[in-house]
Amino acid sequence: MTDAAWETLSNQAVAACGIVYFLALLAHLVEWASLRKVPVAMAAAAAAPAAASAGAPARRAGGDAASGGVAVATGPQQPGGGEPGASDDAAARRVALFERLGFLLTCLAVAIHLVALVARGMAADPNRVPWGNMYEFTLTGTFVVAALYVALRRKLTLDWMAPVVLVFVLAVLMVAVTWLYAPVAPLTEALSSYWLVIHVVSAIIATGAFTLGGITSALYLVKARSTAGSARTTGYVARLPKLEVLDRVSYRLHAFGFPVWTFAVLITGPIWAHQAWSSYWNWDPKEVWAFITWVVYAAYLHARTTAGWKGRNAAILALVGVATLWFNFIGINYFSTTSQHSYAGGAPALVTAQTR
Amino acid sequence: MSTPTDTTRGTTGEPAGPTRGAFSTRPDDDDRRPGELTLRELIRWTWRQLTSMRTALILLLLLALAAIPGSVIPQEGVDSLKTNNWKSAHPSLTPVYEKLRLFSVYDSPWFSAIYLLLVVSLVGCILPRTFHYWRGLRAQPPVAPRNLARLPDHASYRTDEEPDAVLGRARELLRGRAGRRYRLAAEPGDGAVSAERGYLREAGNLLFHLSVLVVLVGFALGGLFGYKGGVILLVGDRYGFANDLTQYDDFNPGSLFNAENMEPFSFHIDKFSVDWLTTGPRAGMARGFQSQISYRTDPGAPVQHYDLRVNHPLTIGSTEVFLIGHGYAPVITVRDGDGNVAYHGPTIFLPTDQSFRSFGVVKAPDAEPTQIGLEGEFYPTVAFSKQTGSYYSLIGKPLDPLLSLLVYTGDLNMDSGAPQSIYDLDKSRTTMLTKSDGAPFRLDLQQGQTTRLPNHLGSVTFNGLQEWNKVQISQTPGKWIALVGVVLALVGLLGSLFIRPRRVWVRARRDGDGTLVEVAALDRSGGGDTGVVVDELVGRLRGQREDQS
Repeated sequence: MTDAAWETLSNQAVAACGIVYFLALLAHLVEWASLRKVPVAMAAAAAAPAAASAGAPARRAGGDAASGGVAVATGPQQPGGGEPGASDDAAARRVALFERLGFLLTCLAVAIHLVALVARGMAADPNRVPWGNMYEFTLTGTFVVAALYVALRRKLTLDWMAPVVLVFVLAVLMVAVTWLYAPVAPLTEALSSYWLVIHVVSAIIATGAFTLGGITSALYLVKARSTAGSARTTGYVARLPKLEVLDRVSYRLHAFGFPVWTFAVLITGPIWAHQAWSSYWNWDPKEVWAFITWVVYAAYLHARTTAGWKGRNAAILALVGVATLWFNFIGINYFSTTSQHSYAGGAPALVTAQTR
Repeated sequence: MSTPTDTTRGTTGEPAGPTRGAFSTRPDDDDRRPGELTLRELIRWTWRQLTSMRTALILLLLLALAAIPGSVIPQEGVDSLKTNNWKSAHPSLTPVYEKLRLFSVYDSPWFSAIYLLLVVSLVGCILPRTFHYWRGLRAQPPVAPRNLARLPDHASYRTDEEPDAVLGRARELLRGRAGRRYRLAAEPGDGAVSAERGYLREAGNLLFHLSVLVVLVGFALGGLFGYKGGVILLVGDRYGFANDLTQYDDFNPGSLFNAENMEPFSFHIDKFSVDWLTTGPRAGMARGFQSQISYRTDPGAPVQHYDLRVNHPLTIGSTEVFLIGHGYAPVITVRDGDGNVAYHGPTIFLPTDQSFRSFGVVKAPDAEPTQIGLEGEFYPTVAFSKQTGSYYSLIGKPLDPLLSLLVYTGDLNMDSGAPQSIYDLDKSRTTMLTKSDGAPFRLDLQQGQTTRLPNHLGSVTFNGLQEWNKVQISQTPGKWIALVGVVLALVGLLGSLFIRPRRVWVRARRDGDGTLVEVAALDRSGGGDTGVVVDELVGRLRGQREDQS
């Protein structure tokens, strides 16, 4: 295949995976819409048998019900759910069908997304990793968010996250295609280093984990607010896991992301900066914001163990963290032109001398 | 001083007056108002506040907040040219910003205050914790609580075994089989087993916080004793550089830098090559910069060679040499009205954009009858834009170079004693040459061309083209300390995040019909799922029993 063919393939794959993500989102929306007819208690009961028959204690029933569907048996129980009728039964079947469909479509979209990335790397001459400009960074960032969701869905029971993750991935992909697109080009000189692989991979993985953690924290706040007033028993929010579970999932995602982020911005970043720009910490705007993100997440981890900051305040900190993260990822490039990281406008490869 | 001591506090037991409740713990001889503290108490209170987790949290957030201005406002130490431009563009804001030290945020007193307070808070936090940890390491796991069913994660079952048999098996299970590795209380106790694991979590936590201090020390060493300097060096073995303060174009030393620590190396650039991309979306971009340099580590040492490239610095002793820029130096000859050479040599032009449109200045103070100054631009591959009516450069590659200069005559003000930049022409006492119609007289010279100046002032020749490299030289002591510190911090962080400290208790006692076995677990990190631990232990305790029978 020629380079041009690879580039076309990549562009088509991006379009295709966007469409499939959208179909997956539709499937999950149908699923959640149908769930409105299924009382929370019944869905829980439908999910429980598998776990219960295995003799596992009830507290794990919500945890392993991967095959049973969205039914996370942790929402507030509806008083007097009663015997499910025939229509409820049909609805439950529809829920299970669309849930499965949605997940399969998401997996397919992630696979196509990967094809888009690989083709992007193959399109360049010489072939290279697809991390040369903001379009490619964003393409990879969204891929990692979606792939992490798929990978961790079972382990952390993230079924409830599906619609939010898909909306996020779709929105950021649109931003990438509309505003950040750049044709395939060789790497600038400063980027031609094996540190590119180590530094960028770790930074993007941490970004993915922090994003999922931020989504969880946002849902935590929504749920905390909705249960604080009248105890709602229907709809999406009621079916989110208990607050403690959301808090724990959020913590686990952040606890995974934080060391990776530390590795990316405080170890590999400075080493590479030292090689390319002669000093390991330059107070470059991108570095400053990476440091700010690091400090905010350090504060989040501290807040979780501090009385008065647990729960709500910690979740707010996580959201602040994810805001600084994505601002740094995309925003700062347009905000500050001094940055040596500003790949948006195709900055000079070699720092041009402007000495007085 | 009326410092209360523990012996008097609350031991009298008598009602001490109408304003005080019967349960007051305040001593009788203390008649201070609420909130009135002695100096010692005040210091202790301040220390407690400073080292509390809440303060640390707020300081962390303040640090994040304080770092923001430096990413938006140009910084003196990062890009001084841009800072100067910003200052001249905002004359009214500049004095205010200067007072607030907003042009050098990261060494301003207020930024330093935040991180120094954070360091104090950190030390105040880890010292007592290390002490506690040391004691806890040698302590026994705590005795089983009386009522295990009160713990959030617990389970119980009945069996007809003897309690001692159950406990013995529990002890065996917890001690080491299947990699569980709990530490057990030495004494069997009152029919219960106490076990604890995950001591290393706190060790990781302490290591992380200590390492942060190590990183700060390394960073400070680099900032105080190191230096960073830049030099623009013409390509060719006639133009050398020796590592001496006077040879630098710009030099940023740390505040405790000592010039005697500079290493006595010297080098020159033999050859510089660049690949220009002429096709594709990045056409005009340059890659593959390579400088072949010859260097000596000291004046008596043999000559060595190195290919200096981006991402591949040259290390000489503890100093590093980086290739960070390049540009063109047209060779220009100025003859004066008498026909004598008033100026000759390669003249460094500084690139102003990616197409290497460059700006430069020529000063010929010895020209007769009047001093001559030239100022203008150099275009490596010239093109003319009808829209703007001016020249521009198509690409940085020198395919069709052109010099376009304005001529100034008069007094270049070079005898005033004030230092002048070689890239700046003092035009205050000069006049610009104009054509008869009043338009500026512009010299447009292609390579090899000579143009006569009007009024018999002389001539200017563009003889040829040379290249220059901008080389950055830096010495960063403490960089290895910082690296080791940050790696240790990561190791500690991993330990503190992923080691789960757990206490497990198993109690077995005879009651009416058989033995009641209770199992409970406590996760002190708050992140773990202890229910699974309890279930698994119960399963194993019962399962083994079935295997044996």
